Amino acid sequence: MVMAMKEAPILVADHLSKSFTPGRQRIQALDAVSFAIRPGVITGLIGPDAAGKTTLMRLAAGLLVPDSGSIHALGLDATHDSLTVQASLGYMPQRFGLYEDLTVQENLDLYADLQGVAKDVRGERYGELMHMTGLQPFVGRLAGKLSGGMKQKLGLACTLVRPPRLLLLDEPTVGVDPVSRRELWSIIDRLVASEGMSVLLSTAYLDEAERCDEVILLHEGKVMAQGIPAEMSATLRGRTWTVSLPGRQHRALQMRLAQTAGVVDALVQGERIRLVTEQAQLPDAIDSHPDMHEATVDPVAPRFEDLFVDMLRGRPNSTPHATHLDFAPISPHADGDATAPVIKVDRLIRCFGDFRAVDGISFDVRRGEIFGLLGANGAGKSTTFRMLCGLLPPSSGHLEVAGLDLRHAASAARARIGYMSQKFSQYGNLSVGQNLAFFASAYGLANKARAERLAWAEDEFDLVRYRNQLAGDLPLGYKQRLAMACALMHRPEILFLDEPTSGVDPLARREFWQRINALALSGVTVLVTTHFMEEAEYCDRLVIMAAGRILTVGEPAAIKAAVRSPELPEPSMEDAFIKHVEET
Amino acid sequence: MKTVFDALRRIPVMRRTPASLTRLKALVRKEFLQIVRDPSSIAIAFLMPLFLLLLFGYGVSLDTEHVPVAFVAEQPSADTDDFRSSLLGSRYFAIATLRTLPEAEQALREGRVNAIVRLRANFSERLRRADGAPIQIIVNGVDANTAQLTLGYLEGAWGNWLTRRVASRGGELTAPVQLEQRVWFNSELKSRNFLVPGLVAIVMTLIGTLLTALVMAREWERGTLEALLVTPTRMSEILLGKIIAYFTLGTGGMLISVGLAVWLFGVPLRGSFWLLWTCASLFLLAALGMGLAISTVARNQFVAGQLAIVGTFLPAFLLSGFIFDIDSMPAAVQGVTHVIVARYFVTIVQTLFLAGDVWSVVLPNALALLAMAAFFLAVTWRKSRKRLE
Repeated sequence: MVMAMKEAPILVADHLSKSFTPGRQRIQALDAVSFAIRPGVITGLIGPDAAGKTTLMRLAAGLLVPDSGSIHALGLDATHDSLTVQASLGYMPQRFGLYEDLTVQENLDLYADLQGVAKDVRGERYGELMHMTGLQPFVGRLAGKLSGGMKQKLGLACTLVRPPRLLLLDEPTVGVDPVSRRELWSIIDRLVASEGMSVLLSTAYLDEAERCDEVILLHEGKVMAQGIPAEMSATLRGRTWTVSLPGRQHRALQMRLAQTAGVVDALVQGERIRLVTEQAQLPDAIDSHPDMHEATVDPVAPRFEDLFVDMLRGRPNSTPHATHLDFAPISPHADGDATAPVIKVDRLIRCFGDFRAVDGISFDVRRGEIFGLLGANGAGKSTTFRMLCGLLPPSSGHLEVAGLDLRHAASAARARIGYMSQKFSQYGNLSVGQNLAFFASAYGLANKARAERLAWAEDEFDLVRYRNQLAGDLPLGYKQRLAMACALMHRPEILFLDEPTSGVDPLARREFWQRINALALSGVTVLVTTHFMEEAEYCDRLVIMAAGRILTVGEPAAIKAAVRSPELPEPSMEDAFIKHVEET
Repeated sequence: MKTVFDALRRIPVMRRTPASLTRLKALVRKEFLQIVRDPSSIAIAFLMPLFLLLLFGYGVSLDTEHVPVAFVAEQPSADTDDFRSSLLGSRYFAIATLRTLPEAEQALREGRVNAIVRLRANFSERLRRADGAPIQIIVNGVDANTAQLTLGYLEGAWGNWLTRRVASRGGELTAPVQLEQRVWFNSELKSRNFLVPGLVAIVMTLIGTLLTALVMAREWERGTLEALLVTPTRMSEILLGKIIAYFTLGTGGMLISVGLAVWLFGVPLRGSFWLLWTCASLFLLAALGMGLAISTVARNQFVAGQLAIVGTFLPAFLLSGFIFDIDSMPAAVQGVTHVIVARYFVTIVQTLFLAGDVWSVVLPNALALLAMAAFFLAVTWRKSRKRLE
């Protein structure tokens, strides 16, 4: 009897639907979603942006009313008994509402008062929470002055002042530095183990799925699958491989492999290619390829991401492979010297008031290279980028792009670079065709050259069928294509991409990286910022940044190899990152 | 502050549980900490009112003084000099003596003077004739208001000069009807006395509506409200917390304005201070109601600020009778002023400051304030749900 009670699900959704109508469009955020969550474990809600994760969390917390269906938390209807449900669950929204003008202690006191925590038990609970989060030394500091990771931990502490039975965490780790991310996870693990808490955690990072006891895969408002992650990825056993080829042609190899029949997924992973095949054997087309004689192929254990990609590929209208990648060798300025740096950064500093956002960084980027800037939110990546694009003057230091000193020739340099910002920066209320035409004119293209580039953009990025649609109504993946088409309109020799793939699903991310690879092969230099550790692997070289400084610079394999040790024979990029942060 | 809570505890209607009172206390404390630490709240609550008071107290004046006037006597004589010196003695005019009419006309065209007084060559001669001497006055009519005033002042100055002239010769200017003027309430006719009390309404609109709508929108923007909503806190407690904090702040703004009006600008307060306090509280409740009602529809600070300024602040400025007399507005606009909350309060403060406790004015206007406060707070109460949509 007791066992049955214990195993009764803690959160149950039954044909839950919810739609929003901002403006004329109707968005089906959740479409007849049903699931049940076991108590006492961590359940991951996995999916890309706009999958419906936040809507689901808010429905569970009684903050939204469903169109149809129901959701029960802790045995109560979350919609009708919302006050009772809210009294016994903890919910941490994506942007947790810390009062930035209040100190850490004042934030805790506020939430303790609001949650009705008795005065006599507070001291002990505060002690536990501060110990757990490592915030003890900062109790007197204003919340607004904490780092991103510390804010997130304080948010969690405020949610936990009164131990909830069910904890809802909406993307707690997005944009957080790897060290804090690891700490957050160990806090969550401890809560489940010692306080018997049930946790529902949403994330867009697929590697986090493997840390959950159970996962629900959400895509476009529907549940794609639910199960135990290890068991789910095990269904792909025998279909995952790594391929390595001596020399530095892995990028060309990846492109060829990705378009081979029988291949589900091919991904650059450092110096190797990760391969997922349709069958439990290598396709004949690969085996018989002349290039492959020198290649080493090893079977590897499947990852959760392989599974997700496999499932998405099986869907009817999944994003197609970028089939024809026709980036004619560009760079009218190319002088053939492949080793000369096209970007030189020397002791660059940028201050905002007394805060040094970028603190004396130096690096070089060679022509045709994919160069990554890796770091958490607030590491100084975007500030560096804006200086490189001539959008922000440096406080001191030297900066040279395409042979031009940005202090004196910013606009001449800008004519030779393309920039794709983190936010959607096309005109939402103009059509796709009008946006392209506008950006072509903005870059000074006219007559024949303009017509040619417009035709190229529509064709290359498969935008013809969307020509008359408003840019603001495009699906996320196509918005990104449009942005990239606009950035490439004037055939820049250097392309800057600021967090280009945050929030898109793994297929769109792959398609995007295929384009980047093709561009690099045609001689374009690509600079990319990212907080996805994974993506660092796609770069030729990268810098790891934290708090405005460069921790290390080099090829992904070398960066990882530098932290190799007996305890850590196969370090990941995240391991390397953490090691470097710890060393400084 | 303690007394506020004790008072709340004693109100039986509220039936607040101890937990609820703890939450309310925590929310109010949070509001005050935020006000104290946020420079923009301080700016809107204290600096803006101070700036407006100084601006309207010292800078802006509706009085017409030192109007630049060109004086042209085509043939100077003892009579023209006598008339000129009477104008020179007046604080209403700044006299520039010019020789010819074309010069004066040029000055008028270039905006150096606002009016021309022209005495013809035969002025002295005709002054002694039965049909009298004409004076030509040319006024720049672009600013109709100032033009009217200037004209009136000049006519008055002319009349005074004539009376004095006759009296000095032992005669008397006889007229069948004589005008005996009395100015009530603001006997010095200082526009400051009438502008500064009205500013109390403007300042309280700033704090009650603009600031309240902004801070509420900020809670939506920063996601703090979402975090509050999933605690056992009731919406009514969140709203009450805001009302208590900003009511206190608004009362502070009112006290500063009244204090400065009385002690710095010397505006007489003829009515009862406590009556003023009571009416101000009613107005403040209405202003808070509007601010919170705005925040139920506007969830970012930009929209909230726009709505508060266009919907409440500008009408309070233009349509409340603070500067422009409502009775001289077109009938349609007069109709519109009836829905402007500040209108009722401006009438009350102007009456209490300058005329005294005129119950027949204060009472109906106070009832209007009460009704509007009840209306806006009821709308907010109904519209605010513990939901995100």
